[in-house]
Amino acid sequence: MTTATAAEAAYVVAALLFILSLAGLSQHRTSRSGVVWGIAGMVIALAATVGLASRSITVTGLVLIAVATAVGAGIGLWRARVVEMTGMPELIAIMHSLVGLAAAFVGWNGYLDVDAGGHTGQEITGSLLRIHHAEVFIGVFIGAVTFTGSVVAYLKLSARIKSRPLMLPGRHVLNLGALAAFAVLTAAFVARPHMGLLIAVTVVALALGAHLVASIGGGDMPVVVSMLNSYSGWAAAASGFLLANNLLIVTGALVGSSGAYLSYIMCKAMNRSFLSVIAGGFGGETAVASDGADQGEHREISAEETAELLQDASSVIITPGYGMAVAQAQYPVAELARKLRERGVDVRFGIHPVAGRLPGHMNVLLAEANVPYDIVLEMDEINDDFAATSVVLVIGANDTVNPSAAEDPASPIAGMPVLHVWQAAQVVVFKRSMATGYAGVQNPLFFRENSQMLFGDAKQRVEDILRSLDATAAPVPAMVGTNR
Amino acid sequence: MAPSEQEPEQQAQRIGIPAESTAGETRVAATPATVARLVALGYHVVVEPGAGELSRFSDAAYEQAGARLGDPWPADIVLKVNGPSSEEIGRLRDGTTLIALIGPAHNPELVEELALRTITVLAMDAVPRISRAQSLDVLSSMANIAGYRAVVEAAHAFGRFFTGQVTAAGKVPPAKVLVAGAGVAGLAAIGAAHSLGAVVRATDPRPEVAEQVRSLGGEFLEVRPEHAELEVSSDGYAKATSDDYNRLAARLYAEQAVDVDIIVTTALIPGRPAPRLITAEDVARMKPGSVIVDMAAAQGGNVEGTVAGKAVVTDNDVTIIGYTDLPGRLPAQASQLYGTNLVNLMKLLTPGKDGRLVLDFEDVVQRSMTVVRDGEKTWPPPPVQVSAAPAQTPAQGGPEQAAAPDTETKPARSRRSGYALVGAGALALFLVTAFSPPQLIAHFTVFVLAIVIGFYVIGHVHHALHTPLMSVTNAISGIVVVGALLQIGHGNTVVTVLSFAAILLASINVFGGFAVTRRMLGMFSKG
Repeated sequence: MTTATAAEAAYVVAALLFILSLAGLSQHRTSRSGVVWGIAGMVIALAATVGLASRSITVTGLVLIAVATAVGAGIGLWRARVVEMTGMPELIAIMHSLVGLAAAFVGWNGYLDVDAGGHTGQEITGSLLRIHHAEVFIGVFIGAVTFTGSVVAYLKLSARIKSRPLMLPGRHVLNLGALAAFAVLTAAFVARPHMGLLIAVTVVALALGAHLVASIGGGDMPVVVSMLNSYSGWAAAASGFLLANNLLIVTGALVGSSGAYLSYIMCKAMNRSFLSVIAGGFGGETAVASDGADQGEHREISAEETAELLQDASSVIITPGYGMAVAQAQYPVAELARKLRERGVDVRFGIHPVAGRLPGHMNVLLAEANVPYDIVLEMDEINDDFAATSVVLVIGANDTVNPSAAEDPASPIAGMPVLHVWQAAQVVVFKRSMATGYAGVQNPLFFRENSQMLFGDAKQRVEDILRSLDATAAPVPAMVGTNR
Repeated sequence: MAPSEQEPEQQAQRIGIPAESTAGETRVAATPATVARLVALGYHVVVEPGAGELSRFSDAAYEQAGARLGDPWPADIVLKVNGPSSEEIGRLRDGTTLIALIGPAHNPELVEELALRTITVLAMDAVPRISRAQSLDVLSSMANIAGYRAVVEAAHAFGRFFTGQVTAAGKVPPAKVLVAGAGVAGLAAIGAAHSLGAVVRATDPRPEVAEQVRSLGGEFLEVRPEHAELEVSSDGYAKATSDDYNRLAARLYAEQAVDVDIIVTTALIPGRPAPRLITAEDVARMKPGSVIVDMAAAQGGNVEGTVAGKAVVTDNDVTIIGYTDLPGRLPAQASQLYGTNLVNLMKLLTPGKDGRLVLDFEDVVQRSMTVVRDGEKTWPPPPVQVSAAPAQTPAQGGPEQAAAPDTETKPARSRRSGYALVGAGALALFLVTAFSPPQLIAHFTVFVLAIVIGFYVIGHVHHALHTPLMSVTNAISGIVVVGALLQIGHGNTVVTVLSFAAILLASINVFGGFAVTRRMLGMFSKG
């Protein structure tokens, strides 16, 4: 056993642990052990790599590694500790950008090391050298696209820039042009490596990444974030090819394909084509708002009346959307659910796959507020139960509960799977105003006979309901028969 | 949409509401409230004088709602509760659309007779059980009333309180009610009995209804056969049960019969005689004064000794109620709900809201309900699969969507393009690999296999865990740090600086990603 074979062996073990980690994360029961597997894999991989590297590098190098890791760990742990759960999408987006940037750096190093006179002990000649050049290019390209794409996503998610899609004329031509430029530059670089070409491709990739995400609107961010997750994996895999490192290849491919699959699930949930997401700039065509003139009248309800409605209900389903996250209403909503459950009301949550700005975002927010996860159900699990439900509370959701997706073939969102809230006996919609949702489509739900609107800030309104509930005494328990 | 060619002229059509002729029928197909909504859809409504009398709706109220009194039979559309008699069929005009409870599965002769005329007939009791059609589902709305009324009838016949009380005159124990079958009627009965204060228990072959039973205040008695199979049928009704189940259920009923005061049975399987749940021995073991309401009496009864349409008292003083007109015993309510079902159907059939009926055979709901179209028999309709059944396969686009004819070709087409895609991908991969140096081939192998593993490993990820999964993969993709570690400290200053930065950035990811995932997972708790 040499140091090299020991390191390779450690890599195999680490790769398996990563696979176990992802598999563990797919179930609540095994999710915590999944994280442990992931950490174990990472520790083994890092120890093996440092062991391998320490053979040939200077003490200064080792010190630098220690310093960089310590600083990085400090920043990472600090951010992880203080982040608000509503800010989770931003955090994950900015983290993707870090991986992308790191991968781009590794790619640049690969060039500087081999071509610009540096020497890592890897002797590369002939056709292998050409492949190496191509790998440098691909690595830098994917890394840079991930970097700027994630930065733009971060800026949009944290509302530092407008989340409206950027509509440049000929945006598809721009994207395709960037890809073509990448191909041409790669060919040129393989033939005759030159620093200028590498700079050029970096610039092209940075611009492409920014443009891809800039042309996607805020409502489609769940797909974008998980797509960037996938890109960051591919960037790591490209670095693996560059350095002939199997661990990087395996891990990058794992992350890349799982992220792609997640994006695919998201796309299906929104009834969008997967290709159009990757190509960027989808969603803009649907912005034709049908006028709501012939929709009829909507009815308003007060918080007190809602409280009465909830008291008399036997079963309640709450369907939250991004509006709940914006209003930070998850705590009062959880409190409401708890109070109603204490009074014997069957309360459950129905989550649309693309509610929020991140896949599973609503689940995380509700978990933060201590809502037991077994009453938080996803769309397919709960959609058939709405008909037997007394009251549905729609909190900050709009397009995901739009009946026209299911009933009006002419609607721009026709065919998108939605929560069938309108089948319940009563629907109370929490909303700031009568404005349309992200898709710009009027929602006939608001005008249904069984729908009532509760206007205002979601958090305040839910708190009002809680106060009204407290004001009325708990119902007199039935003398017998409450045999639950 | 293909409009039926029955009325060339463009004027609004007339809807006729006849008085029901069936003996004992108290309901009517429209109430003043639903008449107003039919008028709003653009129709003229003609009501037979006295049609609403038994439901306590006066002729004046109908007129006030916008109807005209007169002979309903020559109308373009006739709405009825019960299927028409031969004499009534003769009074229909050619080209008329008749909508009523036909019961095509039980009354094939009636369907044949109707098909002799050039008319169109829609059966309100043939609504497919899909979510979209729920507003038309008259079986559900009538079952709801019947379930309530069954409890009221039982309470009437039962000589004691339902609720337990402690009074100055002594303690009264609560009545115990067993409801067999937790469908719509069963659930209504559970709710009504619970509201009256009784202790309610319920059984059903479908374990998934337990939650609904509990939500209404009932206790679910589960029969758990050793070889438990999923007792959910694809059409939303309970299906015939296994022998194993039946044996255990019989034992349960025998035990419960001794204990409970009231039994309400609601077990029905479409198109078959009602299953026998309660035997004569069970009845004989019940306490004197107990009451059984057999809601399946019309289909032969769930209880041995039931007489359809009558209440009988057994030797041991148990009353068995076999009324078949339970919904009609709440005539105003039943008419209102039935009328609303009809209005919802007319909304579906009047896409232009212009008082013109348009029958769209592409729509599964309309297709399923139509038993005769222009004198041509269209019963039985092609089978409809129900959204309520759990999906057999996670992949969508499977054969279960065969209901709409135009989707049938879709899987085939996507399968073909799937083959083409896989073929092209395999070829491309082959070419790339074949022209690569050996070292790269090894890497490619690893790469491709890892992609496949990544796909399958998260294939069944729980939706709620998407965010933690993403943050853990994010942490794992910080593995790119390995690359930078291998590059740092080899003399070249620029390389070292870049590597240093890369290590720092990737470490943020690794540590931050795992930490935040742990934090998130720590919050998920089971209630």
